[in-house]
Amino acid sequence: MNDNRPKQTDRQVLRVDNLRIEVKTDAGPGPVLVDDVSFTLCKGEVLGLIGESGAGKSTIGLASMVYTRSGCYITGGKIVFLDNDLRELNSDQRRNTRGVKIAYIAQSAAASFNPALTIYEQVCEVAVRHGLMNFADAKREAIKLFRELELPNPDTFGDRYPHQVSGGQLQRAMAAMAMVAKPDLLIFDEPTTALDVTTQVEVLASFRKLIREHGTAALYITHDLAVVAQIADRIMVLRHGKMVELGDATQILQHPTQEYTQKLVAERVAASTHEFVESDESGEALLKIDRVSASYRTLVKVINGVTLDIRRGDTVAVVGESGSGKSTLARILVGLLPREEGDIRFAGESLPPRLKDRSKDQLRRIQMIYQMPDVALNPQQTLLEIIGRPVSFYFNKSGDQVRQRVTELLRQIDLPESFITRRPGELSGGQKQRVSIARALAAEPELIICDEVTSALDPLVAEEILRLLKRLQDELGVAYMFITHDLGTVKRIANKVAVMLKGQLVAFGPTPKVFAPPFHPYTELLLSSVPEMRADWLDEVLAKRRQLV
Amino acid sequence: MRLFGHKLTASAQIGLVIIAINVVAAILAPIIAPYPEADIVGTAWGPPSAEHWFGLDNLGRDVFSRILYGARMTIGLGLLITLLAFVLGTIGGFAAAVLGRWVDTVLSRLADLMLSMPTLIFALVVLSVMGTDIPVLIITVGLLYSVPVFRLARAVAMNIAVLEYVEAAKLRGEGLWWIIRREILPNALPPLVAEFGLRFCFTFLFIAALSFLGLGIQPPQADWGSMVKETGQMIALRPIALYPAGAIALLTIGVNLVVDWLLAIHSRGHGEEV
Repeated sequence: MNDNRPKQTDRQVLRVDNLRIEVKTDAGPGPVLVDDVSFTLCKGEVLGLIGESGAGKSTIGLASMVYTRSGCYITGGKIVFLDNDLRELNSDQRRNTRGVKIAYIAQSAAASFNPALTIYEQVCEVAVRHGLMNFADAKREAIKLFRELELPNPDTFGDRYPHQVSGGQLQRAMAAMAMVAKPDLLIFDEPTTALDVTTQVEVLASFRKLIREHGTAALYITHDLAVVAQIADRIMVLRHGKMVELGDATQILQHPTQEYTQKLVAERVAASTHEFVESDESGEALLKIDRVSASYRTLVKVINGVTLDIRRGDTVAVVGESGSGKSTLARILVGLLPREEGDIRFAGESLPPRLKDRSKDQLRRIQMIYQMPDVALNPQQTLLEIIGRPVSFYFNKSGDQVRQRVTELLRQIDLPESFITRRPGELSGGQKQRVSIARALAAEPELIICDEVTSALDPLVAEEILRLLKRLQDELGVAYMFITHDLGTVKRIANKVAVMLKGQLVAFGPTPKVFAPPFHPYTELLLSSVPEMRADWLDEVLAKRRQLV
Repeated sequence: MRLFGHKLTASAQIGLVIIAINVVAAILAPIIAPYPEADIVGTAWGPPSAEHWFGLDNLGRDVFSRILYGARMTIGLGLLITLLAFVLGTIGGFAAAVLGRWVDTVLSRLADLMLSMPTLIFALVVLSVMGTDIPVLIITVGLLYSVPVFRLARAVAMNIAVLEYVEAAKLRGEGLWWIIRREILPNALPPLVAEFGLRFCFTFLFIAALSFLGLGIQPPQADWGSMVKETGQMIALRPIALYPAGAIALLTIGVNLVVDWLLAIHSRGHGEEV
């Protein structure tokens, strides 16, 4: 560990005792979101909160400044911050604590900054509004923080507007905003989740540096064990609002005692140590994308001269950071964005560039599964309508035959037959994603495009979905084009991988070959950015990058 | 009590009772009204009495009977006009949102054109040229009111049309009609239903304004709006205008109580916040 780290004192910053948070509705008491959670946090200490969505991580984070989302109420427990029970303060006193002594760093900096004000105005606002310093002093402090956070041109960075800086820079600017009033406690709520892996490394490193140099206590909320391993001294594992395990970071990550934690850790270890899928070249050619280019009504090509081919039974992963053109490639393939140059041949015949010029059968053979199951399924339709529509639409089946086929498909995706009358609102995220898969299968396609299908799901659920996709492929021989930014997923299911950068293909081939030396420099950067659970991983990556520069 | 498989709240029950009373009054007006609609049965501005429960109007007609007859005209016209406005407005709005490009441009500029003219003036011009038959009245006001409905439907559908289930339907090769009817309409219903309740009530007032100018309902036919106009000047001495005005208010409240309930069950069914 770093030696220049301030000595941990025993000064307690935050103590939460038996916290209980409930939802209250007009109809009476709702679910209990947080149940009997207790922890303490000392100066200079970082506590990681880990758990799946709905575990109550963010609710606890917000409750640490006695704030709850509307409809939720803190109904029990104590929140002691620097010897004051925050629950007993009046609203003025609370306001003087929030932002000044406790600061919050949200997941999406882009949504948290006001686009109409410069970064300075927003970073300095808290300190000025609370009368802690005048604008000039606050500005000086902000520049100091920008420098510590290694932002480019720290002296003038704050003059820019939020849209003029990158996502990673904005996330760091939010950390500066939180630190400007020199708080005693920082709450990080998934601050790197929305960033690309390559950016995440840098942002994570500057957060860690900031916390260590200022000796601030911090709550770090995340769903990624590998991220929390880099930054937290202790980790608390949560599930369904209850504490599962609380312990030293190394103990939790290496010797978890509870079954649930063991499962989480095992899943993460499996993701990073999985063997490559062997490439099989025996399948006949299915899809050939030949020097395809396209643009969005501008002269800049968003996809430029991409060539790749997919054989029957292949799983081709398309990876790259956001903006690299992964999803655009899929849109070109299905005809939503007409290609301008090149050719796409599917099973020997050239596909028309536009969706509306394609025949029903051409449409049927390529299906798509989306990232967000919540918006991919019509909330007003039952599963019978959702899954049954492609059956009746493409195959002209009668009502009885459709129902029979839907039942069969539900069985294939491991959902009970009784779900046929349910609507998406009555399903969990993982179940909805299964329904999306069933809808794609109902068309009996030869190629399924999976656009980030697991990234909105919790790790254990995502794992199940991947296993289901693999099993269906073995049974039906369908080919997948798997768009993802998660390289762990790629290793596990793809026999081929295509690496995209700025609309161009920089590497394409069998996964073991692309992911082994000699690398394309960008592939190497991507691979090295995937967080690992070792606590010294971040230091290693940073050292390596420094060498390269 | 249950309706559409959902429990009726107290306010929804009150709303339904109000609407039921109005509908019954409208249908049975010729049977239950003590006097004919247009007959002068006493002295002008006669006070309420056992024979004339609500008193007599500016010409000496029985106000209670006229309110019963007026319900037919008011509710019937209001319903037809609002329905027409919604059929035109939602189809146009959804088509503009889904098809985009020139369809959207043409329809939206047309809507702008309509909005740039004062509605009352537009209606006056059309009605004085085309005559004041009831079908002309319905079509004119329906067309005018389809513009705000168009704008609402287009805005709502715009948000839905970019969702992935609509994209999935397009990729499947579904036609425009399916996308509008099955993918967008069910999800756009809540704001449209709320608008329907309001629009329905606006029509009475608009027709009242037209009647006052002599281009709406022709005397001696009764409708609540024109009754308010006829008796309004004397409100300080004889508060007769309060009866038709009260009838409008009551029906408006009843309709909106039921609309609120419809919106609540709609959102509750899908786990969203009411």
